Amino acid sequence: MKDEVQSPEERSAGLKGMGCSRKRVEDVRFTQGKGNYVDDIKLDGMLTGDFVRSPYAHARIKSIDTEAALAVPGVLAVLTAKDLEPLGLHWMPTLAGDKQMVLADGKVLFQGQEVAYVVATDRYAAADGVAAVEVDYEDLPVVTDPFKAMDPDAPVLREDLAGQTEGAHGPRRHHNHIFTWEQGDRAATEAVLAEADVVAEEMVYYHRTHPMPLETCGCVASMDKVTGKLTLWGTFQAPHAVRTVASLISGIAEHNIRVISPDIGGGFGNKVGVYPGYVCSIVASIVTGKPVKWVESRMDNLMSTAFARDYWMQGKIAATKEGKITGLWCHTTADHGGFDACADPTKFPAGFMNICTGSYDIPVAYLAVDGVYTNKAPGGVAYRCSFRVTEAAYFIERMIEVLAIKLNMDAAELRRINFIRKDQFPYQSALGWEYDSGDYHTAWEKALNAVGYDALRREQAARLEAFKRGETRKLIGIGLTHFTEIVGAGPVKNCDILGLGMFDSCEIRIHPTGSAIARLGTISQGQGHATTFAQIIASEIGIPADDITLEEGDTDTAPYGLGTYGSRSTPVAGAATAMAARKIRAKAQMIAAYLLEVHDDDVEFDVDRFVVKGAPERFKTMKEIAFASYNQAIPGVEPGLEAVSYYDPPNMTYPFGAYICVMEIDVDTGEHEVRSFYALDDCGTRINPMIIEGQVHGGATEGYAIAMGQEIAYDDMGNHKTATLMDFFVPTAWETPHYTTDFTVTPSPHHPIGAKGVGESPNVGSVPCFSNAVHDAFRPFGLVQSHMPHDHWRIWKIAEDLGLHG
Amino acid sequence: MIPAGFEYHRPADLASAVGILRAHGDEARVVAGGHSLIPMMKLRMAELGHLIDLQAIGELKGIEIDEGRVTLGAMTTQHELIAHEGLARAIPLLREAALQIADPQVRYMGTVGGNVANGDPGNDMPGLMQCLDARFELYGAEGTRQVAAREFYEAAYFTARADDEILTRILLPIPPAGTGYAYAKQKRKIGDYATAAAAVLIGEGLSSVAMTNLSDTPVWSEEAGTALAGGDIEGCVEAMLAAIDPQEDMRGPIAFKRHVAAVILRRAIDSALSRRA
Repeated sequence: MKDEVQSPEERSAGLKGMGCSRKRVEDVRFTQGKGNYVDDIKLDGMLTGDFVRSPYAHARIKSIDTEAALAVPGVLAVLTAKDLEPLGLHWMPTLAGDKQMVLADGKVLFQGQEVAYVVATDRYAAADGVAAVEVDYEDLPVVTDPFKAMDPDAPVLREDLAGQTEGAHGPRRHHNHIFTWEQGDRAATEAVLAEADVVAEEMVYYHRTHPMPLETCGCVASMDKVTGKLTLWGTFQAPHAVRTVASLISGIAEHNIRVISPDIGGGFGNKVGVYPGYVCSIVASIVTGKPVKWVESRMDNLMSTAFARDYWMQGKIAATKEGKITGLWCHTTADHGGFDACADPTKFPAGFMNICTGSYDIPVAYLAVDGVYTNKAPGGVAYRCSFRVTEAAYFIERMIEVLAIKLNMDAAELRRINFIRKDQFPYQSALGWEYDSGDYHTAWEKALNAVGYDALRREQAARLEAFKRGETRKLIGIGLTHFTEIVGAGPVKNCDILGLGMFDSCEIRIHPTGSAIARLGTISQGQGHATTFAQIIASEIGIPADDITLEEGDTDTAPYGLGTYGSRSTPVAGAATAMAARKIRAKAQMIAAYLLEVHDDDVEFDVDRFVVKGAPERFKTMKEIAFASYNQAIPGVEPGLEAVSYYDPPNMTYPFGAYICVMEIDVDTGEHEVRSFYALDDCGTRINPMIIEGQVHGGATEGYAIAMGQEIAYDDMGNHKTATLMDFFVPTAWETPHYTTDFTVTPSPHHPIGAKGVGESPNVGSVPCFSNAVHDAFRPFGLVQSHMPHDHWRIWKIAEDLGLHG
Repeated sequence: MIPAGFEYHRPADLASAVGILRAHGDEARVVAGGHSLIPMMKLRMAELGHLIDLQAIGELKGIEIDEGRVTLGAMTTQHELIAHEGLARAIPLLREAALQIADPQVRYMGTVGGNVANGDPGNDMPGLMQCLDARFELYGAEGTRQVAAREFYEAAYFTARADDEILTRILLPIPPAGTGYAYAKQKRKIGDYATAAAAVLIGEGLSSVAMTNLSDTPVWSEEAGTALAGGDIEGCVEAMLAAIDPQEDMRGPIAFKRHVAAVILRRAIDSALSRRA
């Protein structure tokens, strides 16, 4: 037998388990145009819905006339808030404990807000219907500045909250105030600031942007009036949570709702929340008895579904004159738009912003976040990051640079002397987290050596001299970042969404012939779950990854889980997968011992089989064991070979990384060229190095976009200025930098396979890295802080303000 | 992003196309590559009852080069323009500019005629045609006439073309051998309109400068050309800065655009001078 001549290493390689750069099994269909996305779903008699959207950012609705729209051929119905009110569905709860209008109820609060929902026989008739609805608006004063929103005489945005001095997260102190969230020790921090050798203070703004998945949001709702079952296909990052929420707000029993997330073309946080389109489509299907599809246009997506960031972070950092950080203070003003629709765990209204002490051993810290309403779209989701971690990382990595300027120190050295040391893990941070593991100094030295840091600084200095002599108009910026992520939400004891604990799940069934199917509570949006989770099972129980089908996203078949976002799939569902696989392996051990007629303890696992200890020629392969489980009556052992695991992680995981960017900057045009970008990621145990590399490339490219040009901008009237891809920057292959990836491996001590998650690290780490490169180029001329995005004119403005244009 | 309903016409010859235009007046528009008009229709900012597709009209195609003159059929795509070796030898500035328009996919569909006729100040070809002193041939019910590119543009989307005329051909004088040339463009990303772009020719008895997306029309300045011919680069830049009138948009404020306009123009001039034989 071929099997017998193979070495254990050869047998292991054949499994394509953990550590293997196995090609993505999903890509066969994706690269051939054979994916099945929401818009590919076509059902008999299916209708289309489309929205009438507000052209005003703040206005009272005096009347809505639907008569002309209803006369358009093919238009069947036009829903307004009045139609939804008897059902109690004109407003809906948000994930952040606020409520949000499904359709405009008396007023609108942002441009692009959903005002009426037109149902028609096809997409064209729906659009004609939308154009024919007449809405009479009375415009109201607009507030787009979160600081002005808190002026005593600022316009009242949320009239529905009149008199409510208590919000979902404590007292509200102003009619446009949502919450104050405080962490850490304010008195101790202020005492340190008062006595410190050095205090650097700066306002760090992380601008509003948008996750912009290539596929926009959408759904198909189909109410079967015979069975009473509602099937809802949609672009959902958390299908099980959507089912529960849909049941709670619609009153339809949960077993009568089936939610299916088919292939999803990118999520990045944009597809976590519940949008008016879903609610209206369900109502329209119930009313018409037909399936109803709603799919956003690109403009709809950029204008109305969840934005990200928009945090004004006022920081103070204290240090000794030698550069040892002694305290950190941060006050953040968070612009939430018209409704607080952030997607954070319930107890964390500013997400995990309290990871803002970063990679540094900071003895005392204080954080306060004030959430504020403005006339902008709601959202505040985690755009390819764990909840608000990108904001936190940007804040601390800018503050480190600002402190380095104040101390006149090299920023690499300042980081080095403040890193949490390897021997301090598990590390209790001043703002309440327990970092599981890390080895920052090793990663940092590896990164600095890899890029030739000292030589780069010499080259930069030489260029500066050449610039001063008038020989060049280009400066070199060296961007440094060491970030620490906090992912894998999370422990049920402190993480829930709408009361649902943030565990996750995996169910594995081994078939009689030794192949398998695994189902998880997560849902891939491009991450490659079908590839990587099969690799975990392959290594854990010795079945080739190619023999394992992986399914997610159908709530009628998959075990309950909280979905995919915040880099939680590997830390939580990946752990559940390993644990379910271990249950199967334990049962397989009993079956093998029975077949080999030895005691359970006398066999041991060896890659893809159980062997008798000390007698390696006596073994049973997993394939043989699987068949035996279906045809042998084994005393005390149930037939079959299946297991399910629901995993409640004991802690978050804390991936980290060291990124270094070298950028050339043209001071005259504001143009830049990323000369090199080095990304070292430590995500613990590496399941598939190729997928990790792809994740880093993708996340860093999003980070590049955000840092260098991407923004959601409004004018003073609340008009959305970046609603198309002409002005909303998405890099093409042409603009995308080349990346050099690297790694260290510091496994998570509490995760079954030591993995930490990586999908979001590159977005968290690259944004400060690119931004620091821009700042660094102008440091010799006195630049301390300049807000992103660093597009051409803003970089030009830095140079202009520093007098570099003569 | 769904247009209102319209009738689609695909005439096989110019006379039929003009006939349809005349029959429907304001209600009808011709479409070439569609990269400007179709998005406007999808946004319902352009609503029209009749769309006349010019793709089937063979007489609008073709690139001809004869003594001293190039004739471009209006339906020549940017890709065809770039790929034509004879054209690249005759007027290399055309290829240099066309390669900076959008991306290959757009250039397979986008036409030179559509680019110049639409009157969008963001388009690259109008300024280029002014620099090259092109003439546009217009065909209408009254027959054929020619208008100089330098007199064609009146305001954003307003040109000398009458509603019932079709731009059929572009006639270009071939610059003398050895003429220095350059098209320099700053843009935010592939596919973007220019933040500032400059077309420059420098040769014996021929110096010409035009700029793009810095006013509501392309800007050709006779003073700038005269200064350049006299070797006065800063005079040329001064004259151009006096002629442009940029507006603030997402690309940046006016002061930035004026600064960049001067930088890009100087770079185009440097490049053109370096190529002058």
